[in-house]
Amino acid sequence: MRATALVPLLLVILCFAATSIDSPADRRQVVVGSKAFTESVILGEVLVYLARDVNVEVEHRRQLGGTQILWKALLRGDIDAYVEYTGTLSQEILRDQDAHTEDEMRAAVRDHSIAMSRPLGFNNTYALGMRKDTAAQLGLEKISDLRQHLELKLGFTNEFMDRGDGWPRLRDHYALPHQDVRGLEHNLAYRGIESGAIDVTDLYSTDAEIRYYDLAVLEDDLRLFPPYHAVVLYREDLRQRAPKVVRAFLKLEGRIPEDEMIGMNARAKLARIPENRVAADFLATTFDIISEVTATTWVRRLLRNTADHLFLVGVALLAAVLISVPLGIVSTRSETVGQAALGIVGILQTIPALALLIFMIPLVGIDTPAAILALFLYSLLPIVRSTYTGLRDISRDVTESAAALGLSPAARLRLVEMPIALRSILSGVKIASVQLIGFATLGAFIGAGGYGQPILTGIRLDDFALILEGAVPAAVLALLAQGLFELAERRLVSKGLRLKPEA
Amino acid sequence: MAEHHDPMTVFELDAVSKFYDGIPAVRPIDLTIPAGITIVLIGPSGCGKSTLLRLMVGLVQPDSGEVRFEGTRITPHNILHLRRKMGYVIQEGGLFPHLTGRENVALMAEHLRWKKERIDERIDELTQLTQFPTEGLHRYPVQLSGGQRQRLSLMRALMLDPDVLLMDEPLGSLDAMIRANLQNELRDIFQKLSKTVVMVTHDIGEAGFFGDLIVLLRDGAIVQQSSLHDLVHAAADPFVTQFINAQRLPFESLESVAK
Repeated sequence: MRATALVPLLLVILCFAATSIDSPADRRQVVVGSKAFTESVILGEVLVYLARDVNVEVEHRRQLGGTQILWKALLRGDIDAYVEYTGTLSQEILRDQDAHTEDEMRAAVRDHSIAMSRPLGFNNTYALGMRKDTAAQLGLEKISDLRQHLELKLGFTNEFMDRGDGWPRLRDHYALPHQDVRGLEHNLAYRGIESGAIDVTDLYSTDAEIRYYDLAVLEDDLRLFPPYHAVVLYREDLRQRAPKVVRAFLKLEGRIPEDEMIGMNARAKLARIPENRVAADFLATTFDIISEVTATTWVRRLLRNTADHLFLVGVALLAAVLISVPLGIVSTRSETVGQAALGIVGILQTIPALALLIFMIPLVGIDTPAAILALFLYSLLPIVRSTYTGLRDISRDVTESAAALGLSPAARLRLVEMPIALRSILSGVKIASVQLIGFATLGAFIGAGGYGQPILTGIRLDDFALILEGAVPAAVLALLAQGLFELAERRLVSKGLRLKPEA
Repeated sequence: MAEHHDPMTVFELDAVSKFYDGIPAVRPIDLTIPAGITIVLIGPSGCGKSTLLRLMVGLVQPDSGEVRFEGTRITPHNILHLRRKMGYVIQEGGLFPHLTGRENVALMAEHLRWKKERIDERIDELTQLTQFPTEGLHRYPVQLSGGQRQRLSLMRALMLDPDVLLMDEPLGSLDAMIRANLQNELRDIFQKLSKTVVMVTHDIGEAGFFGDLIVLLRDGAIVQQSSLHDLVHAAADPFVTQFINAQRLPFESLESVAK
């Protein structure tokens, strides 16, 4: 009867998910990664075209969320190579191993079966920048000059705030007394500087924006920042699997001077030329390598992102329903189980979404499975709780009448309790689905695709249209999901439960 | 045990007690309910009358003693089966809000895979017996009046043609006029059915109206077990007279004011 109405609902969700699965990406021979900033994406594209030039199939997991995600993905073999910076290696990845020279670093990564190229040429170190007019007005030239100006508002990128070689060390090294220090996204920092919301921020010395916004760069007079030479990190097993590719990658050693890198960044960020085109042009002028550059249309991107997004949300939600509903039922049968189950799924919800995603990486790697697992864990609470309260709120008169008829507990659950609780359960699933559609945009941080992909790229390139390309469909999808579940409620929940009592 | 069963008794309670959080709801009670009569359990709130009924239908388990139904000791294992021979009606009706009138009545029969014709036939008989309007069968409980809901609840309890009907304040939630009409109808129904009926009420008038036998309870123990006539004229305890007068006096004092 009505309880079985849940089954077709689940089937609908499953079909939805199934139709959106694109053929499972056959594991490419080589996978390169890049971080979520433009220079890294350009260098990732350079690696891609170098590998293609020697006829090796290669895939690019672009703009992954941060150093830890890339490094762990490299260790696990989810990716085979990416471009890292020596400063990040010594200060962040190998900070426990006291590796400062290039050779020490190379030896240290070898312990993890990772190989390191020689520097590619440019040094993209940290620097502090501010508006030229403010700097001139206050007579600021060096970082140590900041000590006299407590009134300046400092705003640093989130990564710089947190990492060992970032703000904490800068503060100690220069004895900076500033208390009001904010963390923000790299690209928002430039806007903040321009609008005067913040006065000083961290920069990368190859940032195109230094020229564009005409910023003053403060001298690192106490020699705090280590050099950040770009190097290619790759798995040692790549030497056996694809020796041609390794040789191709190593051609880059010493071939990208600082001016060249700033130029590439400026083309991509300021002139909005696609990174693959920028990379291809660099390879053409430097190595005479001619690459075929394919441009994607926004329609194709939208379809692909929609498929990815639906897949993430659909699979996670289906799994969550299959686990949460029985868990909610068991919770009403045993006080102990109920307390424990609601407690645990409640705690899961308090973990920040991004942190939860990153916790998944050691378990299942980067990519779609990690995102699905995180989304699944996140959607347990609303469904367990709505099932639990839906069942608990049924009046004792009704449950006892069912028992007094001689129905077994299983028959009571199926014929009476679940159909009455269905309305509450559906509302829990609805809440979970709307939450997941929003949450799934974070999947792009770990390379799971979806609507987060254009949002992340849009933020990186400061391109509002691109942000909308992800944000608008995500909002539309959330509304559709809400409508779908309201329709389902009207179709599946008994009229007797929806009618208002007659006077 | 069954072979010693006296076909003239339906329930036998042997030193049955029930405690809630250490407080006795029913003290060790012996009670025999004979077949074919209407017996009313009455007493003030908290006297244990509803608990006694719930012990009979197995919704609660006794802490000591045993409850036998038609000679069989009720256990958690056989209770589901035994309940098919009992009809249970409670104050608010306990109707399933998600099912129509007909679905409520037919639920158990459908679960037992009765044929549709048999179900229809039985529902026809019951709508006639209870004078439930046929169009109400396709409405949901929320769309029915209080009286109709009680009739429906009664039909549901009678669907499998049980040997005994257990009713917990069946008219308790209805207003006075409807209640008076339904009392008459209900007594007619009981007469037509000639089934054993165990009814719980707190209203001495209702108890006298229905009861061949009245069991007066106080603090989980039986005070007197007799006809209304004997309760009034041969009270076993001053409490009996007190209890009866408490319900009669307000009315009489109003009458004296009216004069």
